[in-house]
Amino acid sequence: MDLADIVRRFEIAELYADYVGCLDADELERWPDFFVDEAAYRITSAENYEAGLPLGLIYATSRNMLKDRVAALREANIYEPQRYRHLVSAIKIVKDEGEAIATTANFLIVRTMQDGDMTVFAAGRTLDTLRHEAGGWKFINKLVVLDSRQIDTLLAIPM
Amino acid sequence: MSERTEQSGGFTPALRWPSEGEARVPYRVFTDPEIYRRELARLFLGPTWQFLALERDLPEPGDYLTNFLGETPIIVTRGKDGAIHAMVNRCAHRGNLVCLKRRGHADDLTCVYHAWRYDLAGNLESVAFRRGIQGKGGMPPGFRLDQHGLKKLRVDSFAGLVFGTLSPETPPLSAYIGNLIGARIHRVLYATPKVLGTTSQILHNNWKLYVENVKDTYHATLLHTFFTTFRLSRLTAEGGVDIAESGGHHASYNRNKRDPDPAGSDKLYAGMPSMRENFRLADPRFLDGVEEFGDDTTTQILSVFPNLVVQQIQNSIALRLVLPKGPDKTELQWIYLGFEEDDAAMTARRLAQANLVGPAGYVSMEDGAVGGFIQRAIKGSEEECSVLEMGGFDHVSDNTRTTEASVRGFWHAYRPLMGF
Repeated sequence: MDLADIVRRFEIAELYADYVGCLDADELERWPDFFVDEAAYRITSAENYEAGLPLGLIYATSRNMLKDRVAALREANIYEPQRYRHLVSAIKIVKDEGEAIATTANFLIVRTMQDGDMTVFAAGRTLDTLRHEAGGWKFINKLVVLDSRQIDTLLAIPM
Repeated sequence: MSERTEQSGGFTPALRWPSEGEARVPYRVFTDPEIYRRELARLFLGPTWQFLALERDLPEPGDYLTNFLGETPIIVTRGKDGAIHAMVNRCAHRGNLVCLKRRGHADDLTCVYHAWRYDLAGNLESVAFRRGIQGKGGMPPGFRLDQHGLKKLRVDSFAGLVFGTLSPETPPLSAYIGNLIGARIHRVLYATPKVLGTTSQILHNNWKLYVENVKDTYHATLLHTFFTTFRLSRLTAEGGVDIAESGGHHASYNRNKRDPDPAGSDKLYAGMPSMRENFRLADPRFLDGVEEFGDDTTTQILSVFPNLVVQQIQNSIALRLVLPKGPDKTELQWIYLGFEEDDAAMTARRLAQANLVGPAGYVSMEDGAVGGFIQRAIKGSEEECSVLEMGGFDHVSDNTRTTEASVRGFWHAYRPLMGF
């Protein structure tokens, strides 16, 4: 591993820290900025993923669809106040083609409701591709694969 | 079975249904563990048909999957004879689960505990060490395999959907569903279903609160503001609700393109607080629905008593199965469908429109939460009642959606089965 590899690993670790920091701090308006314009985003379960089924619980094929998701959460959808705490680990660069890379990472999300009730809301992994664009790394494709097929109550805040 | 439940359960004090009939629902039916136990016995193991699987889930002999009748675990198989069978997933020996996996393929069904082996129709084929070892032990000579099979369900199919019932009294499936609702199921499931994906939502409420929500056409325009906020459809559009004679099944529908009074609708919309000028989706392409069903119906939400929902919202098609998991817990299974005949563009459209429904759905997210809100709110008020007078007191079909007739219909079907 040369110095460039190490720098790249730090950049990617930093990106994931920023990404989950944005979600956990409820700064959702910044969330679409982590993606390229034509980004694809999908949340699915391991069961669907392993069966090759294409369904997404949240399914977007553009950055504007992510903006719309945030607008809907802010203006239209009704859900109880809640916050996520992401724990991200085992970030791995599985393919490196210079300006484009593919990563895998594990995550755990603890969800805390307004009354203080805390649950392990989700665990799983992300399978992402990114490219370097003006100012930093952006997601071209983010696939969130949940270990469980069950969602407790509802899935409002993105992952 | 139900009488035995009553005796051993000590079902007291009896629930007295209010004199207003189905226009009132005692909150206790959503909280009382004794009522819940009676529902499992009388509704879920009683004379009702419940969805178990898609025929397409079991293409080959030996394919199996598991599901539930109420809380009772069920195995559904494709037998060697090509027919679909369903049995209680409980070994006739000592009550162990026979199938441990949610789905799989097997030549026979063998209990892991003592290797009692059943064929794919649930008939007991062999018992390990039945003749004992070296002349000792073994089953008594009078033990007969044919008296110890898995408990079998009656099974029937409708529009590719497999239903099961444990009661010999349940009418034939097509008569149970009836022509009115049957035609509306065929309308949606007009081709060969293909599963696009599944998920499951855990709701912290009694199962009937979700069923009420599905049958409640009145809330859709009020709780779910996605369409109004983004000025995507007019809730004043033509629509109505069809209700089966039994009251138990319903189909609500609307035709967004047909608005009988556009001027009045404009006026109504202008006053809505959630409306904002120039507030539009940045990328509304995912809502580019196509006319698929030939009747301009943009949404049809249908229920088959007691716990199946068949949904069409634009081109998003899904089955929802409402499974009770205790007086205040429900599992909502989602099966998102397309058709084998779909082209790539139609599949892409269905996947994009799936954003509207499910646990993260733009128009159904709230349904996951509202039942839990009610469950919390009615604590300590179990002797009080909800009010269901929108649209009057009856449970008949109507050409408006500002009615709770289909919710009353559910209770009309529920009460005699429960003895309330």
